[in-house]
Amino acid sequence: MASTEEHADTGQTISFRADPSSYKHWKVEFDGPICKAYMQVDPEHPLKDGYELKMNSYDLGVDIELADMVRRLRFEHPEVKVLIIASGHAQVFCAGANIGMLGLSSHAWKVNFCKFTNETRCELEDLAAQTGLRTICAVTGPCAGGGYELALACDEIWLIDDGNSAVSLPETPLLGVLPGTGGLTRLVDKRKVRRDRADVFCTLAEGFKGKRAVQWGLVDALAPRSKFWEKLDAHATALVDEVPDRGVDAGVAWSHVEPTVEGNTQRYSTLSVEYHDDRTATLTVEVPSAADCPTDPSAMMAQGCEFWPLRFARELEHAILDLRINHSLTGLTLLKSKGSLDDILAWDGALLAARGHWFVDQVVNLLENVFQRVERSSCSFFALIEEGSCFGGTLLELALAADRVYMLDEDGVEIERNEFNDGLLPMTTGISRTACRLLGEEELAASVVGNHERLDAIGADDAGLVTEAMDEIDFEDTVRIQIEERASLSPDSLTGMEANLRFAGPETMKSKIFGRLSAWQNWIFIRPNATGPQGALTLYGKPERPQFEWSRV
Amino acid sequence: MGKVDLNAKIPNNVGLADDRRLCRALEHWLPLYMEWWNDMGPAGFQTKDIYLRTAISVEAGGWANFDYVKMPDYRWGIFLSPLDQDRKIGFGDHFGKPAWQDIPGEYRGNLRRIIVTQADTEPASVEQQRFLGSIAPSLYDMRNLFQVNVEEGRHLWAMVYLLFRYFGRDGRDEAEELLSRRSGDEDKPRILNAFNQACDHWLSFFCFTHFTDRDGKYQLASLSESGFDPMARTCDFMLTEEAHHLFVGETGLDRIIRRSAELTKETDGDPRSAGGIDLELIQRAINYWFTYSLDLFGSEISSNASNFFSEGLKGRFKEEQRYEDHIMKDGVKPLSLVKNGAVVQEEIPYRNAMNEVLREEYINDCERALRKWNRTLEKVGVDFRVKLPSRRFHRHQGLYADYIFDPEGNLITEEEFKANERNWLLGPDDNDYLSSIMHQVIEPGKMANWIAPPSRGINGQDLEFEYVRL
Repeated sequence: MASTEEHADTGQTISFRADPSSYKHWKVEFDGPICKAYMQVDPEHPLKDGYELKMNSYDLGVDIELADMVRRLRFEHPEVKVLIIASGHAQVFCAGANIGMLGLSSHAWKVNFCKFTNETRCELEDLAAQTGLRTICAVTGPCAGGGYELALACDEIWLIDDGNSAVSLPETPLLGVLPGTGGLTRLVDKRKVRRDRADVFCTLAEGFKGKRAVQWGLVDALAPRSKFWEKLDAHATALVDEVPDRGVDAGVAWSHVEPTVEGNTQRYSTLSVEYHDDRTATLTVEVPSAADCPTDPSAMMAQGCEFWPLRFARELEHAILDLRINHSLTGLTLLKSKGSLDDILAWDGALLAARGHWFVDQVVNLLENVFQRVERSSCSFFALIEEGSCFGGTLLELALAADRVYMLDEDGVEIERNEFNDGLLPMTTGISRTACRLLGEEELAASVVGNHERLDAIGADDAGLVTEAMDEIDFEDTVRIQIEERASLSPDSLTGMEANLRFAGPETMKSKIFGRLSAWQNWIFIRPNATGPQGALTLYGKPERPQFEWSRV
Repeated sequence: MGKVDLNAKIPNNVGLADDRRLCRALEHWLPLYMEWWNDMGPAGFQTKDIYLRTAISVEAGGWANFDYVKMPDYRWGIFLSPLDQDRKIGFGDHFGKPAWQDIPGEYRGNLRRIIVTQADTEPASVEQQRFLGSIAPSLYDMRNLFQVNVEEGRHLWAMVYLLFRYFGRDGRDEAEELLSRRSGDEDKPRILNAFNQACDHWLSFFCFTHFTDRDGKYQLASLSESGFDPMARTCDFMLTEEAHHLFVGETGLDRIIRRSAELTKETDGDPRSAGGIDLELIQRAINYWFTYSLDLFGSEISSNASNFFSEGLKGRFKEEQRYEDHIMKDGVKPLSLVKNGAVVQEEIPYRNAMNEVLREEYINDCERALRKWNRTLEKVGVDFRVKLPSRRFHRHQGLYADYIFDPEGNLITEEEFKANERNWLLGPDDNDYLSSIMHQVIEPGKMANWIAPPSRGINGQDLEFEYVRL
């Protein structure tokens, strides 16, 4: 099997690489503590042929740049305290996801597009929650669908009061789908718009403008055109004082993640992914000696993108995105690690000791996000804890993110928990992976949390941290059979099953977006009323009107 | 104001006296409307007696009653063309079914949008023209200006009636918004761009009433085909009044062109030396207003236009008489598109091209007027001919707005456009010159030197008639 698939949707492999010097769709201006990001989509640079990105509508290419911008804000710009997302288009703020693109895309592409755009918006919110960054959306023209969903991801929404500009979620009335990039959830869970009003708003194609938009809580402030920027700039300047200082003057220089391909193996500096012919892959993390690990946070920061934990987080993220988009045939990924448990615990120890430093906190937060991305991927994961493994602390968290954990019962094969496993790297649902595993075993959970002893396979099994502990004789056969069995099951069923089993326990807004909203959206995407020959999404912009199958399912 | 008072004050054929909802809405809105009229209506002439036409019923003798009226006392009325009980929907996916007497819920949003967009143009033009009375070239023209203004006011009433009668609270909110937007205002501009352009002299006024009001004619005509019967009947009646506005524009331009040609001959090609308007300037004004008016038809490829047609809300011009296929599900229409830096022809689904179909009818109508003006030029004996620029030139809406074209429709660079803009489009120098030659002429029967007299007066009156008592 080729190590990457060419996408039927795009005829290319998606690189996720973006650089501010070559952004096609965003203009980012830094003015001390205030950053203004202008969306100005170049209609002639869609990610694939067949549609034009008119009226500031977006596709994955636009969002990859946005994600890059948010990520760079996190690491390169500690001085920024207020982010204003604005439009560089003269007439509109944003018309939402490009309908032509959606119409031409396969189901898989639509799903991955929505997942990526959702993750970008969630990361923007995470960044704000974690660093105190204040985010404002400056809506200076009509703002529809995904455009308003982007606005909803900001702390505040300012709408120009020109008697014409409105915010709207027209997906249901116009397209027969959902505002699936967090729109429905954020409306009622984040902004706490009354649900009956939200119901009215979400079925009204033209949305609301001016006073009514404020009264209903859809936007926070109105300003006339002549005073819009004057007022908003004054507000932003005032907000700057409310944001705590980050304690560093400048961020770290950002670099590109650049894997090399050797045959079937995608090789990074901290890990490799080998794609096998049987629709499985092996992701192996290699932990280097911690002898060179800096202990002083400034020294960690001085290493910038070369600092091992940061490099690992970024490369794991790249590997996961690459797996999702460019290797959709791979249904099962085996997670392995190589190195010494002492080393990974030493790296972790250095990070834990330096928490509170701006740079270190960003690295930890990125790890949190990346492990969550693993769990939100439509792929099975088995962690294999074998000879030479080093699943401790942060790396154990990766193992615990897997659907199953198989551990070899042999001398020297051990795991160890640390503070990272006690809640510093929460799941999408806001609880730790250990807590999620042991929801029904309160006593056990109480004894495991805070237990940072080294555990062999039996100890790990007793602590409820592994699926099965097996000796050498059973291990190889059992694992092989489990892999083959897994690879034979319906991929759709597995995706659904995993998404349900992985997130036991409480819900958060984020988990509702990925669990509930996305699932409904993805169901609607394959229903005839949306994408059948007479479906609303299929026929949008075409001369025919949709014809619905009226039965409620 | 009680409902009996309202009914007496407002000529109508919509049963106002018995319609509590309508009365309640009007009681609130009428004072706001009067406030708007006094603030934004014709400046300086509100207390004068004007020889105006007032519609007091839709019967043959009823819609054109001439008498002296002070504008604030004008009896703005609400009229629909008579009801045809058997009327059927004439086009789209509901073709042949009975026309809707009430709003179909699923099309409420689109109908409201259509009505609000149309309604917004009516007060806008009054605002644009509010200072023209003080530089009117004659009492005849001054009266025509005010006639146009009060009727645009009535057309606002007609649209507001639909909002009040059929759209509940949303409709009342929209009706108030119509009075709060202002032409050219940075904060609350009118919805459509042509209605935010300055119209500060009479050449622009005549161009506006010829080119921009003519868009109104085509919009109203296509709405008068609507399956939503009250809107169809409202627009149908508005068209009878709109015809006068077009007459004012077309004959006004003809008179300027005639006078300019005469002065060009008399002065050996320098009409400005006699206080006249050079024909090149007139051409620039045509280019400016024609192209802004083309924008009003919307994008060449439009899903809204397609929806409006298939839903039976907005038909084509004279849908019933001029077309055989009223469904047009499968047809295509060739369109010029820009691809890879060149203009190429492509076929697009006909329904999506409905805006372009209507725009073409409009362009043909404009061409007809141009031929007429060119006959005037020929008769006077000058070689100059006016012409319409390409529909791609100077566009701010639609497919061509992202590119730059010359008046022949060729793609050009921004530098080329900048270098020639002064020769192609009405500009600040032109406006300054025009303002410098336009002074109020108030002696009955007299005309300013830059315009020829009309061929006849209003309602059979002489040209010397005192159309406005100052």
